[in-house]
Amino acid sequence: MEIARSTEAVGEDAGSPWAPIIFEALKDADVKQVTYVPDAGHTRLIGMCSDAPEMDAMVLTTEEEGIAVAAGAWLGGQRSAMLMQSSGVGNCVNMLSLLASCRMPFLTIVTMRGEYQEFNPWQVPMGQATQQALELMNVIVTRIDRLEDLDSLVRSAAAMAFDGDQAVAVLLSQRLLGAKKWVK
Amino acid sequence: MGEMMREYRLERRAAVAELLKDRGEMLIVTGLGSPSYDVFAAGDHDANFYLWGAMGGAALTGLGLAVAHPERPVAVFTGDGELLMGLGGLATIAVRAPRNLSIVVLDNGHYGETGGQLSHSGAGVDLAAVAKAAGFPEVMDVSTHEGLIEARSAVATPGSGPRLIVVRIAHEHTPRALPSRDGAWIKSRFRAHLGFVPQ
Repeated sequence: MEIARSTEAVGEDAGSPWAPIIFEALKDADVKQVTYVPDAGHTRLIGMCSDAPEMDAMVLTTEEEGIAVAAGAWLGGQRSAMLMQSSGVGNCVNMLSLLASCRMPFLTIVTMRGEYQEFNPWQVPMGQATQQALELMNVIVTRIDRLEDLDSLVRSAAAMAFDGDQAVAVLLSQRLLGAKKWVK
Repeated sequence: MGEMMREYRLERRAAVAELLKDRGEMLIVTGLGSPSYDVFAAGDHDANFYLWGAMGGAALTGLGLAVAHPERPVAVFTGDGELLMGLGGLATIAVRAPRNLSIVVLDNGHYGETGGQLSHSGAGVDLAAVAKAAGFPEVMDVSTHEGLIEARSAVATPGSGPRLIVVRIAHEHTPRALPSRDGAWIKSRFRAHLGFVPQ
């Protein structure tokens, strides 16, 4: 198992206060298809989306799949959002051309690694390049550092995506999430 | 396992035209390159979404569409090379398992668009067996006209998928038939077909 994506923080994440805020925003935005690559920071939100009868939560093998799923959902008249970790952004670059070429909406919620208090040097290169990689492909990036900004910024991102036909990424900073604790 | 055992002999345009005869309510996504040309040559349709890029994304685009419209048959027409680039997607599709989704792989064992190099499938990787192992409940390997007729009836019927159908086509030159490259227009046309009018 890749350590960077291990779920060592499962118990801890049950308290993730950002999860219900994002969940409610996704629900109110009428997001039906939620795709994800398993991620410790997203554990609680993945659970909430998987349990929601109005949502279809789908596990992916790699993040670029979620972009294609979102395109298919939109073709069929549904809204899709992807939950991923910053390391997954690098997997998406070419597939993002699908959204740009077809002017399709896209919303992704990205948990950040490789910044604030990061202990694992392997997370740093992609974490530091995450925002630029997204912007390189014309994805609009909103970064959230404070919990009190979360509700309005996630709702704004959803509106820009689905009403404004834009690809939008919300980055949840490592400071917001709490630096990963290395526990056995 | 090897190329000698395979029968890559069906003519691609005729094979695709056969599969799309009486397509009815079918919604179609095509993978970049020749599969887009083949489906377009069989007859342009508002319910066709042609990819001209995003290699590896055709089957997953079909997944999102199939989940959104479980009542309609959704078919992805793609090539062996395109599918190989997103092979993990077969696992994702098998786990979500939309009953109305068919992946039709037009397999000539070669990368036809990029100089005709032997593909992994041509070198012996069995895509039907990969899909079977991933958990697709229905897998077909078609190299005859009779097989095509059987496949056509399966694709048109939502309910027993997801299915993967390998159609063994000849590796030969086929004149190009080019659908629109305006992805935004093709998208809007497709959505309008389903009643989602641009605002």
